[in-house]
Amino acid sequence: MKQSITLGKVTKFMGLGFLNTFKDLFTGKLEKEDYINFLRKSVVPLASILLFIGLWHLGAKSLYNTEAEFKIEKALKDQGPEAAEAMRACIASGDTSCQPNTLPSPSQVWTSYKSLLKDHRIIKADKLAFAEKTAALNEKRVAAGKDAITYTGRPSFVDQIFRSLRTVFAGFLLALLIAVPLGIFIGLSPTLKSSFNWFIQIFKPVSPVVWYLLVFMIVKTLLIDSNEDSSFTISFISVGLCSMWATLVNTAMGVSSVDKDYINVAKVLKLGSFQKIFKVVLPSSLPLIFTGLKITLSVAWMVLIAIELLAQSPGLGLFVWEEFQNGANDSNAKIIVAMFVIGIIGFLLDRLMLTIQNAVSFDKTDAI
Amino acid sequence: MSTIIKETGNTHNGIFPSNEVMLDLKKLKKVYPTPKGDYVVLEDLDLQIRKEEFVTIIGHSGCGKTTMLSMIAGLNAISGGHISVLGKHIKGPGPDRGVIFQAPSLMPWMTALQNVLLGVNQVFPHATKAQRNDIAKYYLQKVGLEDAFNKRASELSQGMQQRVGIARAFAIKPKVLLLDEPFGMLDSLTRGELQDILIEIWNKEKITAVMITHDVDEAIFLADRVVMMTSGPRAKIGDILDIDFERPRTRKSVLEHDDYYKYRKHLIDFLEH
Repeated sequence: MKQSITLGKVTKFMGLGFLNTFKDLFTGKLEKEDYINFLRKSVVPLASILLFIGLWHLGAKSLYNTEAEFKIEKALKDQGPEAAEAMRACIASGDTSCQPNTLPSPSQVWTSYKSLLKDHRIIKADKLAFAEKTAALNEKRVAAGKDAITYTGRPSFVDQIFRSLRTVFAGFLLALLIAVPLGIFIGLSPTLKSSFNWFIQIFKPVSPVVWYLLVFMIVKTLLIDSNEDSSFTISFISVGLCSMWATLVNTAMGVSSVDKDYINVAKVLKLGSFQKIFKVVLPSSLPLIFTGLKITLSVAWMVLIAIELLAQSPGLGLFVWEEFQNGANDSNAKIIVAMFVIGIIGFLLDRLMLTIQNAVSFDKTDAI
Repeated sequence: MSTIIKETGNTHNGIFPSNEVMLDLKKLKKVYPTPKGDYVVLEDLDLQIRKEEFVTIIGHSGCGKTTMLSMIAGLNAISGGHISVLGKHIKGPGPDRGVIFQAPSLMPWMTALQNVLLGVNQVFPHATKAQRNDIAKYYLQKVGLEDAFNKRASELSQGMQQRVGIARAFAIKPKVLLLDEPFGMLDSLTRGELQDILIEIWNKEKITAVMITHDVDEAIFLADRVVMMTSGPRAKIGDILDIDFERPRTRKSVLEHDDYYKYRKHLIDFLEH
């Protein structure tokens, strides 16, 4: 059979079917149905986004006013009418020193986003300049057997994103390597299942914070002699341990609930256990294993922020915490920027998993 | 050791090249324990099936036909009595007894060819890869799937999937073929097609076959003997009808045969009483 790959198929495969409506608008002949489809899939979501921004703007404005009134009243009570008047003028002038500290408006967040990008470009240029300046010196140092001098300036927002992604992927990989094989063994053997069940039930609901503390206790002692910064190790192990449960449970369930007909076929053909696992059991439980992995990745991304914050491991979590502690005028807006970035990356990770799942799994119908 | 069926002076006119017993069910019993005491599905069931014989089994739903077949396949434990193939008691399932299940039971992530090869590789481990491929392809051609070797099972229609099931069962060259209402889920047109395909391959291979069916016409068309089971609990063999049509048969010649309605009436009378 000839398989043609079209844009429509690819986007649908990746769970981005809504993009097709745009393609339809610019290509093909348009029928009435296409307009309705376009309206439903593109215009309505767009309108809901605008509505959301509008509500956010109004809400932020009212919070701003409440906070401003409160500041002026406080000045009046503590320092008298002149101070209150000065405060009112100061707030109206937009001076950063006396702005009410509350939920930032959409436009403030957008400004912060741009300033973070600008900051990133500056740091990038700075890094390049540093690398150029030290290139010759580093060559000599390496030749002499010494360590090269590395850039130790602060990371930019974009650097933080990549560090977070690195931590999440390391944690996810750890979860995969532990949970999938363990899940297969548990699923295959009722004895193992009953002996591990209490273990899973007890540890599954434990909070990320506690996992972090546990990992910290162990890793700190294990790495007692090393001078290396253990925060990355601690945070990725904690992320892995927090997030592996969904995969473990789903793998075990998938393996133990393989269609009885398939098992009967394997029995009649007298397949050996290796063949039975790799030719029958695993392929048939792949959809469930991937559902588990998808949950694992999204949980990993969700707990990452809390764990980075605790572990003081560089990344978005630490960024958010530092901005909160910083309390500068645009800190709140930066936190909201981070929130959106976290959300969008989480969404993209989910789509990534869906694409891989569709590519490897036989059952194209129940992937959502 | 194999027993020889004694000539009982029955109506059978000796169309079998051998009277050797392939499959022997002796005092077979199946009991399911329930909270209210044991439920006896089968009791004192005796049946002997000759080599190269095609036997169909007919009976009311829930009478224990499928239970009996899965016991022969070794997928269901025997509570009493024994089952032997060529005189040897069976212990669990094995590729000497091929099964065509009611649902096609193909691995949906494999292609038609891979599904057949799964069994072939297991039964002919010493053959070369090319030889095993040839065996699998030969049987897929026999069931009319020469254009679908590399199609995934999930892409095939129910009827085509069951064709792969037939190819898979014949390709492992079993001593006994067990068919559990293999066409029960198909529409009547497809069913007719598959009956023709099945009987065509069977005429060539002459593998001893035991097939469960609900369809009286199917039972007569395919079988040398139709075995009627009594309703459960404690089901046993109620009656056995010899079908003396010549082989190879065509549907037309069977329908036009004088004895056809006599056989049909016999079976329906049994089922209605």
